[in-house]
Amino acid sequence: MDSDAELVRRLRAGDEHAFTGLVERYHQPMLQLAASFVPNLAVAEEVVQDTWLAVLRGLDGFEGRSSLKTWLFRILVNRARTTGTKEQRSVPVADPEPAVDPSRFDGSGGWAEPPEHWIEAAEGRVEAGKLAHRVRAWIDDLPARQREVVLLRDVEGMSSEDVCTVLSLTEGNQRVLLHRGRSRLRQLFEDEFREVR
Amino acid sequence: MRIFAFMNRDLACRQAVELVTDYLEGTLSRAARRRFEAHLSGCPHCTEYLAQMRETIKLTGQLTPEDLTPQMRAEFTDLYRRWRSEQQ
Repeated sequence: MDSDAELVRRLRAGDEHAFTGLVERYHQPMLQLAASFVPNLAVAEEVVQDTWLAVLRGLDGFEGRSSLKTWLFRILVNRARTTGTKEQRSVPVADPEPAVDPSRFDGSGGWAEPPEHWIEAAEGRVEAGKLAHRVRAWIDDLPARQREVVLLRDVEGMSSEDVCTVLSLTEGNQRVLLHRGRSRLRQLFEDEFREVR
Repeated sequence: MRIFAFMNRDLACRQAVELVTDYLEGTLSRAARRRFEAHLSGCPHCTEYLAQMRETIKLTGQLTPEDLTPQMRAEFTDLYRRWRSEQQ
């Protein structure tokens, strides 16, 4: 697979396949991210279309100081934000959501119902595509701000610094959101594989 | 003295699970990190929990975008060509 830098080089040289290559790589995550900011999927699709046009128009000005990915998601989020937010985007730290259901601990805070083993059962299942659909749905069901951070950090593999830039978050808030999102996903993996034990 | 006693106090599992992300992100202070690791060394359940959080991150990172439909591919090729023709 060509690197982003290679696709940008080819795109600047006027190669239309380089464009569809970029779309292939980023359209879905962009759509997922946009959906988090706007009222419905149709609006999200418009925002993403607009973003692709802005990317084409801005390509000559893209200096490669940030990665293409960061640049792209930044354009997207800025557009999605100006298009309109769909819900009260609460301050994340105001919401004391525990990583693990408190009923799983005893009075002294030790595990009463310890984590069940599932790692071996899950290994390779996402890569093989069997679980991918489920995991994608779990991420879509996360509260918007957790979803945004998990998508960029863990699905797209961006650095915390870049994620903070794209989403205008402080490092601390980003970590809180990441922690809640990951904790929720861990629980869903546990639930998923508990049933097939 | 009292602070010292606090630092040495054992973490409860319920507290330890809340530190996992800070631990993985490398943002715990050295003292907090030692305390967390000391807890893990005596707690197989929290060790398992940490391994599961790592696995969760790994599995999430294995998601890849679904292929574009032929129709979408055609639409984006079209978008590109329209943009190109505007350039000329």
